[in-house]
Amino acid sequence: MLIKKSPDIRESEVTPRDVYVRRREFLKVAGSTALAVTAAGAIGGVLTGSTDADAQNPNAQKLTNLKKSPFSTNEKLNSYKDATTYNNFYEFGLDKGDPARYAGSLRPRPWSVVVEGQCAKPGTYNVEDIMKWFPLEERIYRLRCVEAWSMVIPWIGFPLSDFIKRFEPSSKATYVKFTTLLDMKQMPGQTEPVLRWPYVEGLRMDEAMHPLALLAVGLYGEVLPNQNGAPIRLIVPWKYGFKGIKSIVRVSFVEQQPLNTWQQTIPREYGFFANVNPDVDHPRWTQKTERRLGELFRRKTLPFNGYADQVASLYSGMDLRKFY
Amino acid sequence: MTHNEWARRVVKPAVFLACLIPFAQLVYGAFLGDLGANPVETITNTTGIWTLRLVVTTVAITPARWLTKWNVLIRFRRMLGLFAFFYGSMHFLTYFVLDQSLQFGGLWEDVMKRPYITMGFTAFVLLIPLALTSTQASIRWLGGRRWNLLHRLVYITAMCAVVHYWWKVKVDTTYPMYYALTVATLLGVRVWRAVAKRQTIAASRHPAQVVSSAGLHARDLP
Repeated sequence: MLIKKSPDIRESEVTPRDVYVRRREFLKVAGSTALAVTAAGAIGGVLTGSTDADAQNPNAQKLTNLKKSPFSTNEKLNSYKDATTYNNFYEFGLDKGDPARYAGSLRPRPWSVVVEGQCAKPGTYNVEDIMKWFPLEERIYRLRCVEAWSMVIPWIGFPLSDFIKRFEPSSKATYVKFTTLLDMKQMPGQTEPVLRWPYVEGLRMDEAMHPLALLAVGLYGEVLPNQNGAPIRLIVPWKYGFKGIKSIVRVSFVEQQPLNTWQQTIPREYGFFANVNPDVDHPRWTQKTERRLGELFRRKTLPFNGYADQVASLYSGMDLRKFY
Repeated sequence: MTHNEWARRVVKPAVFLACLIPFAQLVYGAFLGDLGANPVETITNTTGIWTLRLVVTTVAITPARWLTKWNVLIRFRRMLGLFAFFYGSMHFLTYFVLDQSLQFGGLWEDVMKRPYITMGFTAFVLLIPLALTSTQASIRWLGGRRWNLLHRLVYITAMCAVVHYWWKVKVDTTYPMYYALTVATLLGVRVWRAVAKRQTIAASRHPAQVVSSAGLHARDLP
């Protein structure tokens, strides 16, 4: 498989933190102004001092000795606060703020992951051990939600392909199925029947083996906060965010295409592949544009979320309108 | 102070200020950069839900008068309706300016293609003539009967607004259902009352009653 590298990014090219913090301040002013114009009211006055909006969690375990990845984008990062307070994680409630508010009940350590199905080395593994199997790397990816918003987040993790190879899947393993924890005490949202629990996602084996597919265990230099899917989650940057299943407890090598939760819930609106595609609208809203959090106006959505050079060949010959 | 004076001098200004609270919270939040990670979404959702709440409250005034016999409630209807229009305008403009970047083509495509936008847009557009004819002079100009007929458009706005909300929600339709039930009740009692009234008139066959109901002041009509 030919893997085209995205442009390398040197350390010096990454926007310094104080610059993007200042830029966010500017956007806040711009946002206020727009609101005022909308309301035909005038907003004057001085902007209050900078909030410590980008502070990280001082108690979180830091992850160091990270490899840089050639797959990282050089776009401006969203703030730590954006990434950790605006989440879709229905196991803790439907509001974007609910996961940050309620995910404290999740106990991500100790945590074991069951690997099973069509492979030579099934078993149950501790997440702390899994994290030591591979060198951790930082990957700055675009995240595009099916709800038409996006962020840029520095994930920490290792390639899903490295993880998969360890278990020597057989030729019968044509799909990989992932399952989230099922525990109403730790995940109180599971008492509500909005989705069928536990959450399930899946990838075709060639998608799962693609070097962009990542198992993430951290972000912004620290271990994953609970609301972001601690302790281990999937990141598939060319697909809509709901493919990135969180708090994984089970990885199964299977012969049949798994029925992923959103497809099961509303099959007319959500499919198995869920590749970011500006040409195939969600039945209720457009996918042509998106709002990058921190920006006032919407920007154009790119095919495969801008990763078309690397992944489009996986789907050659497929009708992506049919397999949405 | 009489009841009416109390309503006019104290309660009405208080309701006016209360209606401004959601707007004030948005402005305050925008100042502090405290509207969450997606401020535009916060503004859209806040102005949208308050439009619906105020439309529902406005439509609730007349049934509330029937129920309580507090005719003083009518004094609040225009103000509440205009606040519904105020929040509806902000809701629409946030969408049109920030989501559609002021592109009429994009707006039109959305209105034609996406049922929930069709509903929301209809709900908003129908509020415009109501806001424009909200003055006392308009009532005189149109005549009470026609004015009253025109302002029944708010029933369509209420229905479209609820459907708009329902179709926008991803999975959990609990809240849209509450609003739908409320609107259905408020419109249902009108139908029920109209039917009951017609039956009474038909039964009595007394032309004087018809004359007397037509002689009511426009503001007092449902």
